[in-house]
Amino acid sequence: MTVLDDGFEALLEPFYNGKKLTDPISTKEDKYQLLPAFLKVKGLVKQHIDSYNYFINQEIKDIVKANRLIKSDQEESFWLEFTDIRVGKPTRNDYSDVVSRSEVNPMECRLRDMTYAADVVVDIVYIRDRHKIRHNNVLLCRIPVMLKSAKCCLSGASNSEMEVMNECPLDPGGYFIIGGTEKVILIQEQLSKNRVIVEADEKMGVHASVTSSTHERKSKTYVILKKERITLAHNILMEPIPIVIVFKALGGLTDCEIMELVAGGDARYQDDFLINFDEATKAGVYTQQQALEYVGQRVKMGGPRGRQFGSAPRRSHAEEGLDALANIIIAHVTIQGLEFYPKAIYIAMMVRRVLMASHNPKLVDDRDFVGNKRLELAGQLLSLLFEDLFKGFVSNLKMNMENFFKKPNRTSAYDPVGPIKGQGAFITQGLNRAIQSGNWTVKRFNMNRAGVTHVLSRLSYIAALGMMTRISSQFEKTRKVSGPRALQMSQWGMLCTSDTPEGEACGLVKNLALMTHITTDVGDEAVKEWIHGVDSGAEAIENFSGTEMHTAGAYIVHLNGTPFALTHSPKRFAARFRTLRRRGWLSPFASIHINSHFSAIHIATDEGRICRPYIIVQNGRSKLKPEHLRLLQLGKASFDDFLTHGIVEYLDVNEENDTLVALYEHDIVPATTHLEIEPFTILGAVAGLIPFPHHNQSPRNTYQCAMGKQAIGAIAYNQFNRIDTLLYTLVYPQRPMVITKTIQLVHYDKLPAGQNATVVVMSYSGYDIEDALVLNKASLDRGFGRCQVFRKYTAELQSYPNGRRDRMGGVAKDEDGLVIDKHAILDEDGMAMVGERVFSGNTMLKKETPVDKGTTGIGTDRGPDDFSDASLNYKIADAAYIDKVMISTNERDHPVIKVQTRQTRRPELGDKFSSRHGQKGVVGIIVDQEDMPFADSGLVPDIIMNPHGFPSRMTVGKLFECLTGKASIVHGRPEHGFGDAFRSHPVEEMGKVLVEHGFSWEGKDYFTSGITGEPLECYIYNGPIYYQRLKHMVQDKMHSRARGPRAILTRQPTEGRSRDGGLRLGEMERDCLIAYGASQLLLERLMYSSDVTQIDICQKCGLFGYKGYCQTCKSTREVTQMNMPYAAKLLVQELVSMNVGVRLELEDTFPHEK
Amino acid sequence: MKPSKEELERRNIVGVGAERVTNVTSTDYPGHFPGEDHAWDLGYFRDNVTIEFHKNEPLEAEFSLIGVDASIANAFRRMMIADVPTFAIETVHMEKNTSVIQDEVLSHRLGLIPFKGGKTGFRKFMKFYKKPEDGEEHSYVDFNTIQLSLNVECTHNKKAAKNETDVTKLYNHAHVYASDIEFNPVGRQEQYFSGDNAIVPVHPDILIAKMRPGQQINCSLLMHKGVGSDHAKFSPVATASYRLMPTIKIKSPILGEDAKKFQKCFPKGVIELQTVTRKESKEEGPFKGKEGEWKAVVVDPMRDTVSRECLRHDEFKDKVELGRKRDHFIYSVESTGQWRSDEIFLEAVALFKEKAKKFEHQVINMAR
Repeated sequence: MTVLDDGFEALLEPFYNGKKLTDPISTKEDKYQLLPAFLKVKGLVKQHIDSYNYFINQEIKDIVKANRLIKSDQEESFWLEFTDIRVGKPTRNDYSDVVSRSEVNPMECRLRDMTYAADVVVDIVYIRDRHKIRHNNVLLCRIPVMLKSAKCCLSGASNSEMEVMNECPLDPGGYFIIGGTEKVILIQEQLSKNRVIVEADEKMGVHASVTSSTHERKSKTYVILKKERITLAHNILMEPIPIVIVFKALGGLTDCEIMELVAGGDARYQDDFLINFDEATKAGVYTQQQALEYVGQRVKMGGPRGRQFGSAPRRSHAEEGLDALANIIIAHVTIQGLEFYPKAIYIAMMVRRVLMASHNPKLVDDRDFVGNKRLELAGQLLSLLFEDLFKGFVSNLKMNMENFFKKPNRTSAYDPVGPIKGQGAFITQGLNRAIQSGNWTVKRFNMNRAGVTHVLSRLSYIAALGMMTRISSQFEKTRKVSGPRALQMSQWGMLCTSDTPEGEACGLVKNLALMTHITTDVGDEAVKEWIHGVDSGAEAIENFSGTEMHTAGAYIVHLNGTPFALTHSPKRFAARFRTLRRRGWLSPFASIHINSHFSAIHIATDEGRICRPYIIVQNGRSKLKPEHLRLLQLGKASFDDFLTHGIVEYLDVNEENDTLVALYEHDIVPATTHLEIEPFTILGAVAGLIPFPHHNQSPRNTYQCAMGKQAIGAIAYNQFNRIDTLLYTLVYPQRPMVITKTIQLVHYDKLPAGQNATVVVMSYSGYDIEDALVLNKASLDRGFGRCQVFRKYTAELQSYPNGRRDRMGGVAKDEDGLVIDKHAILDEDGMAMVGERVFSGNTMLKKETPVDKGTTGIGTDRGPDDFSDASLNYKIADAAYIDKVMISTNERDHPVIKVQTRQTRRPELGDKFSSRHGQKGVVGIIVDQEDMPFADSGLVPDIIMNPHGFPSRMTVGKLFECLTGKASIVHGRPEHGFGDAFRSHPVEEMGKVLVEHGFSWEGKDYFTSGITGEPLECYIYNGPIYYQRLKHMVQDKMHSRARGPRAILTRQPTEGRSRDGGLRLGEMERDCLIAYGASQLLLERLMYSSDVTQIDICQKCGLFGYKGYCQTCKSTREVTQMNMPYAAKLLVQELVSMNVGVRLELEDTFPHEK
Repeated sequence: MKPSKEELERRNIVGVGAERVTNVTSTDYPGHFPGEDHAWDLGYFRDNVTIEFHKNEPLEAEFSLIGVDASIANAFRRMMIADVPTFAIETVHMEKNTSVIQDEVLSHRLGLIPFKGGKTGFRKFMKFYKKPEDGEEHSYVDFNTIQLSLNVECTHNKKAAKNETDVTKLYNHAHVYASDIEFNPVGRQEQYFSGDNAIVPVHPDILIAKMRPGQQINCSLLMHKGVGSDHAKFSPVATASYRLMPTIKIKSPILGEDAKKFQKCFPKGVIELQTVTRKESKEEGPFKGKEGEWKAVVVDPMRDTVSRECLRHDEFKDKVELGRKRDHFIYSVESTGQWRSDEIFLEAVALFKEKAKKFEHQVINMAR
């Protein structure tokens, strides 16, 4: 195995953190090292990559296998079969076929606006002239490749290989590059499929529902208890059907057996259920045939079946009913050979759950429980899409085939290779379009989701990382329900408790915690085999009657929610299962839990479950021993070894409920089953940046999670090789003085976004109210907070159907032969020169486009040969420098020219800064160094922060950060600087260190005023605090206007800074002026300063005149002039145009004496 | 009525409490105390002002200025930071820069490098450079502009060992240092800045940029005289500050183990442990019968950092009184290297005088 330099080595090194190889290892202190070991194996975005890999390697093959055969209706002997499908390595797909198809790396795709995609090839077998023809490696389509997935050229690349490819080794991967933009498929949260959920609400009463999801369809079945009667409802049924009729339709069950299946021996449930038999009797349903007819009559026509060609003969009601029950209702319980007993058991289970919930309201399920949720990842979403597209492709191909065979006298045999390639473009386009636009449309599920993908935010490293762990919920944002938004107890350790946006998406958009893993489908065959073959205590459920199932002590084993077996010794069963899993016989991601309320054992092997690893504890002793950690440190064991050796295991949310987890080693009691690896992993990657988060008021941590993503810093090691639309970088980023283990794990210390500022907490000058900061001018002179802004400008030189092309024009000169000002920075080729300063209005790319684009260019249909100017100008008021100019061609073989501009900005008044504790503030004043207060040591602050920021915010963590940072500085040793949640360094020790070095123990020192030279009467709290510069800068927002552009239609001033717009005096401001009675001011603001226009108006007819003449009255007599808003004039004219007569009656304000 | 000596001493102490600093403002001005004059008197001032150097090195000086008001002491400090002129690179003409570092960032870094050179030239010959008004031409002449240049190119080092990984050995000029900046004298500058007086960076090993083979930096640098209030790069000091002389008054004796603990509350050398002498133990008072025990004695209060640690412990809280002498300023001047640190202070005094003269003029005009 090649060793990858992923930076986790340092954390596992024996010398790390001042520890030597010979130092004793204590499992208590060092067990956190499992975390880097875990991340080394799994990584922060492994869930995306795993899921994509599963799709590429497994699911895509399954999909093709399920749709492998195409038969012609016309030509009986012809058939086509897809025998295999493979995804290749990402390649260039340049326009011309001549260009060699070679492997491509992501950076080239980003720069050349290409799609990072790989060819998908199929092996086919078909009939030609009665011979089987095998054709391998037929190009089907191209599929976007996820970065760092198995097919990506970055997977397994070492640091130096990454460097050669211009790639950042710390980049998480897990996203796609479509047309040069990086796109992420967000994790989607959904209610779990194929599981029964029992709920109670006002409208429906108690009901159990299950969303059946198979490859063919997705549908929801309800069992409803209403007015003491139980019915089964489904979309395909016109009305709910009494449950007994359903049971009878399923056949083979006597009334007694139905009763037993539902209620067992329990008299309460029997009594409740009995009434349902009357329903069947009332409907006159006694036999299966009658029941099927009853159901069949109520099956909606034009359902998924009926929609297909009308060729199929009309079926009888009974057939219709049979089909609905077998294939549509609860479709995930498959029917083999008309054996309906399993389905009857399933429905009976649902009925029983409803009855139980009606007796005991506590037995309803919680929708918001994380164990009832499944997370859908890129791979699953792509597979849904691909399956749909592939089915579309198959039907298109078949159509193509039929068209060919329809021809009466064919000259050649049918060759499917060409059509496959042709129709395959349909798949390519479908995939690209979906990822590009984020609109996920799957026809067979009637699914139409928007906003599935997002552009990867590259504002900062943390923003990109945060995006990869983001989970978006399907829940509507507009609904006012608190349940789905609230923090759920079962989120512990799985979803970050702090990282969620504020406002409308609050609590709906979540983030993964540090150690979360999302399962992929591990297949239930192994489990089935084990239950059948190995375990003697469990027997297949079909072998039992209802009474047997519901006797006391009998536990039904559910496999992925479906009753599968029966056992009388559940604990032993579960224990055996777990032992097997710990030994590696079963997948580590198969989970089992016992639910004693329902006498059920649930085994789950499906995809999308959230789980996380724990250390196993047996007989009150942790399985993790110091020697294991030693092996880890020496690099002789990996996390997966621990997994197979039964030291750690994954638990999903449901299985967690069966365990007793000790947080720390000393908490272990005899009943303890597991030990937490590290408590700070309840936070995610973004919240992990906060030092001492456990000392902060919780909303502050949430605010920081939002702000950490806006902090300017280093984006990636390859930041200067990238050409992003907008890129912010800090000139001198620093590693935080006080860090956390998470910071090291996510490598924030290598790509930091902020600087350690020396902060004193005091009031100064009055320009620091409302969280404003006072900045030291000398610090700014020396480079504090200095940042750079890069902007991209792109021009594509297109070619037109008539053969004309865009071109780059030359420099324009004035009559003296000098280059005009506008083109001052252009080179002879019409492109800006690197290093030149570009001012507003300057041309950067002198693109010219042909005047004649529309003509065909054939014969006389030819336009002028002139070119018109389509140059790209710099429009921003503040000057910038040309940083880079790139010339290349895109996938359509058009030349692409990209210009990157650069601005270097020093902080100015109004720029926004924030510490890591949700304390943001703008610069209120910049003060000369000599005016700043100074300490005995000569220390002068970079930032003065007003103490009013503390009492109401209660960000004690910030105070601790300051003290800890100060102690680590004076001590000169980094090990003090750890502020992890729940394992931070005690602050008392910081006090001791400070005293040793002659400072006050509490961090408050004697300061002298720089203005008066006298001592300050208070001791001032001071120390280093990590400050982030946020992207909101005055320079980008500052705006004023006296006169300027106006909108064409209304002649009112334009809106917005980008259009040099006016500042609106809005409705509410208008109300104020009305209330105040400032009528002249109103008139000025709303008319004279806006869209005043002078019009001629005829006093006689009240219509508009023109140049003192009224067209209606044919006279100039009564025409007079007046001012009115142009918008009002427009309204009048628009009304007139729709045949509404408007007449203005004029009156003098000061009437003439007559 | 003249105040007693004790009273005067009391007035001259800034109180250092556990949570507060008291008595921070000076009171020795006319009209504050009834019946006392306190008018400023040149003779008295001349007799009472003393300057005493504790340390005088080119890059760092520590001295006491005793007998002046905080306003005067602060004025010196402020002028050292902001008004004493020095030379720094102000304009960079970038001819070629193919390194990864951006032009502006490189220029900024160059500006912050401190230079040293012939002092007479700096002081007597060189004048301030006046920025041209709009439409005017730059007037770079030998007495207001110093020209420097930085021309480096990174190349492969042919002599490097085959498996060398150290970039400084593998390549020539992989690191660009301040010492790579060359001085190009113009006109009469030759007289003032040659030989030992040549203009060179104070620290030759300041890292300016890193390069790889094929990259090149060619630029000419213009250095002007400027003051720290314009930009921190013109400030002659890293920082200049002062603190007041600490006083530690042990009100009642601290003996035995307490004395040891008391000593630990202060930096090394502030408190000394002495044994109670026989003589003291015989006398009536706190030491009676305590012969041979440790007692805490203040020996060098100047070393104290005023951490107030002793006030945190209940056993010392009432036995000790901390304070600082209001008119005893211990300056610490850290020069960036262009001037010697004591010169900077003298320069500040000279500037002060100049300003005072200007001010005098104004006052006379006002009174007229």
